[in-house]
Amino acid sequence: MSCGIVRGMIAVRLMRRWAWTVLRSSVLVAAVLAASLPARVSPQAAGARYIVLASTTSTENSGLFAHILPRFTAKTGIAVRVVAKGTGQALRIARNGDADVVLVHHRSAEERFVAEGHGVERRDVMYNDFVLIGPAGDPAAIHGLRDAPGAFAQIAATGAPFVSRGDDSGTHRAEQRLWQLAGIDVREASGTWYRETGAGMGTTLNIAAAMGAYTLVDRGTWLSFKNRGDLRILVQGDRRLFNPYGVILVNPDKHPHVKAEEGRAFIDWLTGEEGQLAIASFRVDGQQAFFPNAR
Amino acid sequence: MSDSITAFGRAWALIAAADATLIEIILLTLRVSVSAVAVAAAAGLPLGGALALYRFPGRRAVVVALNALMGLPPVVVGLAVYLLLSRSGPLAPLGLLFTPAAMIIAQIVLVTPIVAALTQQVIEDLWEEYGEQLRSLGAGPGRAVFTLLRDARYSLLTAVLAGFGRAIAEVGAVLIVGGNIAHVTRVMTTAIALETSKGDLALALGLGLILIALSVSVNAMAYGIRDYARLRHG
Repeated sequence: MSCGIVRGMIAVRLMRRWAWTVLRSSVLVAAVLAASLPARVSPQAAGARYIVLASTTSTENSGLFAHILPRFTAKTGIAVRVVAKGTGQALRIARNGDADVVLVHHRSAEERFVAEGHGVERRDVMYNDFVLIGPAGDPAAIHGLRDAPGAFAQIAATGAPFVSRGDDSGTHRAEQRLWQLAGIDVREASGTWYRETGAGMGTTLNIAAAMGAYTLVDRGTWLSFKNRGDLRILVQGDRRLFNPYGVILVNPDKHPHVKAEEGRAFIDWLTGEEGQLAIASFRVDGQQAFFPNAR
Repeated sequence: MSDSITAFGRAWALIAAADATLIEIILLTLRVSVSAVAVAAAAGLPLGGALALYRFPGRRAVVVALNALMGLPPVVVGLAVYLLLSRSGPLAPLGLLFTPAAMIIAQIVLVTPIVAALTQQVIEDLWEEYGEQLRSLGAGPGRAVFTLLRDARYSLLTAVLAGFGRAIAEVGAVLIVGGNIAHVTRVMTTAIALETSKGDLALALGLGLILIALSVSVNAMAYGIRDYARLRHG
């Protein structure tokens, strides 16, 4: 080492030059890498025209987007970059101007979003329904009930574990409304039989499967979910389990960088004949997961 | 249990088929983390070296802070970078949110303190040992920093690799600022999180095994280069 030091002192100038070369070259390498990133990732990213779509985990995780978006991109040359979050978070991203279009499922939140001027107009796209799932043993004996709030009340009465999203998502809000209809204040029960995960649908389902708990899930996500354990659908078919999706263009007057033209093209396609047919043709395990309902 | 066994099968099947999406994800993962670590090393090595040699008021506090920053929570860094880059944030005109560049920035913030703090430790030890000699040879701290950095380059490799390990393994920050967009900002860790949320635990674990293999290869390569350089240059 000391020999290294002496040699180092003799050649201090060389050292400094070496240090600068290393610094310069690593910065250069990093810059080149960083610059080459967006362009070389994929054909989808290579297209100069793209929009950012803030949407929900239910639509992304079920595989719906992978089924329909390539058709839109093939026709228009516009790529769609999907950021999948809960409905609440998707709307917040859009409110910040970080997305061009939102596709979510909580009607009153969507209408408020438009009323407050963040979005241009809400359009119906499609619907599916929520199902109440739980362990095959069914400790609350709700199997076959047609009355969703009634089933919720029975779960609360038996104190059987129920896992909630707890993340301000569309599914979470739909669940809260059902508790309200059942006349139950779950805030008091939080941490006992009522567990809030604060996570996405998939994570919540994994927890429900591991705990043998009840939970509310949209049919599309349930159909495509693979780690079901002994969970199964126990309650379905109540009209209060209806789950409509709406699409909104983020207001370009508020956020001038919003790609209004491309965003409108996407909304028109999605709510037009081709988009609606594409949604209807999407199958999970042979079952239709979403039903188009644009007018 | 069956999931962990099938995971190996799924990992092998993906690798054997040279799955195009997987390769794309691996390349993006490497580009993002290597870029971030390169920038973090360019900043962190001289910074750590300077901190080891220069004496100034409040230096202890800076050193403590730097060491604490090694434990920065990725989610918080992600959130902070998100707020910076958002269209409602101060760096809105750059339009970097949900791009790989945003992910690189977040990882630079995470990795730089690790490289700098570890460098500071290594250089300070060397300085205690050889400071006298260097001073007697007439070297000021500025010269000494570069001399010691060069001398310690093989030890400093560990500092850089520790930073790389942090970068390639974290999910919290890149998920927030990248958005896990398919073909654009989806990296290994966010893909694993996604498959877990889909309930495909075998595939998620399979991807995890590939990520570990990737990390091992990068480290093996770095140490291979080090040993080769040592043989040639002594």
